[in-house]
Amino acid sequence: MSDAQTQIPVTVLTGYLGAGKTTLLNRILSENHGKRYAVIVNEFGEIGIDNDLIVESDEEIYEMNNGCVCCTVRGDLIRVVEGLMRRPGRFDAIVVETTGLADPVPVAQTFFMDDDVRSKTKLDAVVALVDAKHLPLRLKDSKEAEDQIAFADVVVLNKTDLVTPEELEKVEATIRAINPAARIHRTQRAGVALGEVLDRGAFDLSRALENDPHFLEAHDHDHDHECGPDCDHDHHHHHDGHDHHHHGHPSDIHDVTVKSVSLRGGEMDPKKFFPWIEKVTQMEGPNILRLKGIIALKGDEDRYVLQGVHMILEGDHQRAWKDGEKHESRLVFIGRDLDAERLRKSFEACQAA
Amino acid sequence: MPTVAPLDLEGHCVAAVFLGDVPHFALADGAIHRLDNGHKTVQANDGLLAAFHDAANDRLITGGEDGKVFAVKAGGEASELASAGRKWITSVAAGPQGAVAYASGKTAFVRFADGKIKEFAHPRSVEGLAFSPKGMRFGVARYNGATLHFPAAEGKPVELEWAGAHTGISFSPDSAFLITTMQENALHGWKLADGKHMRMSGYPGKVKSLSWSVKGKWLASSGAPAAIVWPFASKDGPMGKAPLELGTRGNTMVTCVACHPSQEVTAIGYEDGMVIAARFADAKEVLLRRPGKGAITSMMWDKEERRIVFGSAAGDCGVIDITA
Repeated sequence: MSDAQTQIPVTVLTGYLGAGKTTLLNRILSENHGKRYAVIVNEFGEIGIDNDLIVESDEEIYEMNNGCVCCTVRGDLIRVVEGLMRRPGRFDAIVVETTGLADPVPVAQTFFMDDDVRSKTKLDAVVALVDAKHLPLRLKDSKEAEDQIAFADVVVLNKTDLVTPEELEKVEATIRAINPAARIHRTQRAGVALGEVLDRGAFDLSRALENDPHFLEAHDHDHDHECGPDCDHDHHHHHDGHDHHHHGHPSDIHDVTVKSVSLRGGEMDPKKFFPWIEKVTQMEGPNILRLKGIIALKGDEDRYVLQGVHMILEGDHQRAWKDGEKHESRLVFIGRDLDAERLRKSFEACQAA
Repeated sequence: MPTVAPLDLEGHCVAAVFLGDVPHFALADGAIHRLDNGHKTVQANDGLLAAFHDAANDRLITGGEDGKVFAVKAGGEASELASAGRKWITSVAAGPQGAVAYASGKTAFVRFADGKIKEFAHPRSVEGLAFSPKGMRFGVARYNGATLHFPAAEGKPVELEWAGAHTGISFSPDSAFLITTMQENALHGWKLADGKHMRMSGYPGKVKSLSWSVKGKWLASSGAPAAIVWPFASKDGPMGKAPLELGTRGNTMVTCVACHPSQEVTAIGYEDGMVIAARFADAKEVLLRRPGKGAITSMMWDKEERRIVFGSAAGDCGVIDITA
């Protein structure tokens, strides 16, 4: 029976042509980790991929009934995953490589919206490859480059050898400004440790917020500085000094329309918080690319964790608050046209009296 | 009492059919098993994704991960009909005069009996294929509707539009109606004479199995805890009429339906492997097979209307004899 099967993890690789996706993919396939991968690609690139199980598919964005962006899925993935899962013994995990111009959202939503796909596979993480030298240009000429970063759990900032340390700082600050929640790895030749891109559990509520202690320290994040959630960051302003709530333009190369809104509060009244988050995702769903949060609910001994993609919202009790752990609520929205001030005020209004 | 002759195989059964009078089981790994004085096997595709029973020619058409199309005949002869490159063949169908259609990515191909092949390019992926029982005409299920082609003639295809992703397709036996399964939990239909729409919704799951009853008076479907059977006897099809719900169960879903060749009865296969038969007139049910290891994926009645061959997602296949 299908429900007796374990769910196969799926890693999505995004990034512009030339950013190093194929290089990373070949490393995933060739390193000695004992795992077998099925690879779904859009087209066979010029650099060969050395793997037994490669499926070429045409990216098919399917809008469901109402044409809402929140309900778009990748039709080809539904079909390919169904076909692959009829012979599950051949592989341990799936890697989906998207084209440079691909919108990562329908790829991710496929793994939540389609019942068949969802019962057999689980999205592990979205990894964006970024070319350190060409990112500024990409951000100027396309929305997709920005979306790919905004949507990523892991950003591999590649080809760092082609830029000066100053340029690299700027590029990284730009990525941070677009997506404060992602992990960033600076690499040459996509030389990131595979453990940093595979088996991340980024969409797994029990793990998502555990494996990155910074996760919700978004607006204060500094890559040189390892700190826990309770670290007081006031001394650590960003090098470019941008506004924390608005994430305007942290550098002159920053042509972005995505922003993040990081919220922080005390214990929440569940009777106020849940209707509020439901309403926000319903109303603002099309503008929200990702949301993640850890919520302290009044009278609840467990941390409540949340993650969302557009209107899809998943939440669950994660674990008990540890002794001495501060019961505070943190929530990050990454998206477009978000009214930071209104979100902050309405969020704070959900706090327990 | 019905008896079951089991055949326990390894892997997902894509199609279970009779060729000649011999039960054949096409598995996802491309092996075609048959019960022909013992268990025998022949290899078709390297990875089998789609199969269609070509009743007129008593053969099974298969398409697969290897980009090839095979024809399997009774007695175990598997021959390659066509090859479309490295993309998967995701849908196959058989039509009049030995014609075969297959889909690879955005292209539908028709191979005529003489071996000539014609290509039909589409702007989006070809999701499903079916020939009309009348005339040399085939339909393609696609994003936002269906396209009808007339492969024997030059000329423009007919486009039938309906928003959403259409994944499978079937003509009624009299060719009056065209039905598609959708990514949403619904069927869509067109009355071909005037293009009138029919929306058949309310399913809790995706519809993956369709079967027309004798003379096309009813259309049975999966996708719910019961077989949903729509009345098609009147000119306007099921519009404004409620479907029959047969074999309702509380804890599992219908995954496969197969109507009886001459009576208003359907075999119903469930997610837990159970198979029953139900009569349209009085909804009377007969248990044919107890639950097994996997969801029923394919069923077919034999010509003598005595046996049903079935396949499952877990490989526990077999033949039910309803008269024994």
